[in-house]
Amino acid sequence: MRAMKILVCISKTPDTTAKISFTQNNTKFAGDGVQWIINPYDEWYSLVRAVELKEKDPSVVIHLATVGLADTEPIIRKALAIGGDEAFRVNAESADSYYVAAQLAEVARQGGYDLIFTGKETIDYNGSSIGGMLAELLDLPYIPLAVKFELNGTTATVTREIEGGEETDEVSLPAVVSCQKGVAEQRIPNMKGIMGARSRPLKVLEPVAADTLTSVVVFELPPAKAGVKLVPADNPAELIRLLHEEAKVF
Amino acid sequence: MSVLIFIDHSDGHVKKASLEVLSYGAALAGQLGVAAEGILLGTVDSDLAALGRYGVKKIHQAAQETLNHLDAQVFARIIADAATATGATVLVFPNNVNGKAVAPRVAARLKAGLVSGALALPDTKNGFVVRKNVFSGKAFANVSINTPTKVIALNPNSYPVKETEGSAEIVPLAATAAPKVKVVSTTQASGQVPLTEAEIVVSGGRGLKGPENWGMIEELAKVLGAATACSRPVADAHWRPHNEHVGQTGIAIAPNLYIAIGISGAIQHLAGVNRSKIIVVVNKDPEAPFFKAADYGIVGDAFEVVPKMIEAVKKLKGIA
Repeated sequence: MRAMKILVCISKTPDTTAKISFTQNNTKFAGDGVQWIINPYDEWYSLVRAVELKEKDPSVVIHLATVGLADTEPIIRKALAIGGDEAFRVNAESADSYYVAAQLAEVARQGGYDLIFTGKETIDYNGSSIGGMLAELLDLPYIPLAVKFELNGTTATVTREIEGGEETDEVSLPAVVSCQKGVAEQRIPNMKGIMGARSRPLKVLEPVAADTLTSVVVFELPPAKAGVKLVPADNPAELIRLLHEEAKVF
Repeated sequence: MSVLIFIDHSDGHVKKASLEVLSYGAALAGQLGVAAEGILLGTVDSDLAALGRYGVKKIHQAAQETLNHLDAQVFARIIADAATATGATVLVFPNNVNGKAVAPRVAARLKAGLVSGALALPDTKNGFVVRKNVFSGKAFANVSINTPTKVIALNPNSYPVKETEGSAEIVPLAATAAPKVKVVSTTQASGQVPLTEAEIVVSGGRGLKGPENWGMIEELAKVLGAATACSRPVADAHWRPHNEHVGQTGIAIAPNLYIAIGISGAIQHLAGVNRSKIIVVVNKDPEAPFFKAADYGIVGDAFEVVPKMIEAVKKLKGIA
């Protein structure tokens, strides 16, 4: 049997604790001086799960793909330090979700993967849409918001989040799965991984022609909170009164 | 020209998020001067025609039992075909678990621009601009959809359900379904309000010291008709199930009222709850960062404060 090939999609995002501000008349995120990280859902869950599958079966091949300009390279190198045999960077700015999905779809077509992992969303644009778009462009089944993932030959058993519970699905491969907490546990890259990552191929691909269907008109920061209204600890009934009569939430 | 609204359901019930998108889609159709129509895949126990109360004149229904389970690939094809056949120019989905599976696929299939996580009706005075949350609730983006066909996935609990008079005509939709996804099992916490649909959420953190102290959290939730949630350390310590974990890596929620008890308010936690309309924090540490994000707060010991809150709610609601 041919070796299982997994494509893990990687995105670069500002660190969770980064200060959010905008430039160019509030049309662009102010990225200067910001700490950039691998999107946590891509790193902690989909990439680590792929690595675990390879640890169980060393014949598994893991490829990483990202869409971004040269400043994305440290991120993809860091991802390679966690795991992955080879990485691709599509040399283009990630214009919108459709554009990015179209680029990743082309990488996927070239590679012929059995399984494609994305994170459940990126922590910057919170679109949760790359996995679904990619699956559609490739005409593959899609299981979003996975909390557990097991391979069984030509199918996978995937448990996904549903409202107030979980649903376990069996899906034929190839398929696209978006991963979240539960699928795997965060790992810190070790020295061997970091050294090894330097020698693994990182190929730069030129983008294919694809349209951008949406554009950000303006970013806005939420208005500052008026400040907390403190109620004395010996009078919780006053808090309940305020919630009922002032905030009118019940 | 019409607005086509995806009506999501499970276990025979139309989800609350679907009533919100029906209301939203009907208002949008009014704004654009076109008709609002619904699409439902599978079957529900209630009278579908009655969903006309939320502003749709027609509901297209593909009533195969196999469609009661989500297969995003099958769903996307049926919905995209229906959109083309009915001349829909805007498609509206709830941005819930099933909407997140289907809306991006439909958008890619129709090559339509998508805004997921929409918060309000689009501004159509000059183009088609939809407001959404970005940076995990720390900012907003007004996003222009630049294609003739548009797809919107509306965040749950961001648009009010509007009920009026009316009845919808049910139009059978021929659809062939060959699912590649087989549902093996489902587990669902019974008798509880699902977190993402809850209007009030009572959440506990490490300050509660141990799982044995959750009785008062559950009781406060019960008297308020709320769902219960917890912070990441609590879920990681297995004091509470993982599906209760709200925050950056857990579930993101936007209830009308979020009551955080014994949670310090780390930035990762705030990222999952900062879209709540009113935030109440009970913490004995006056320096807890959560107070900066809160609307109301009590600096005090949860074990003394929460029982008094329960008593006050009971008194207010006349519960003995």
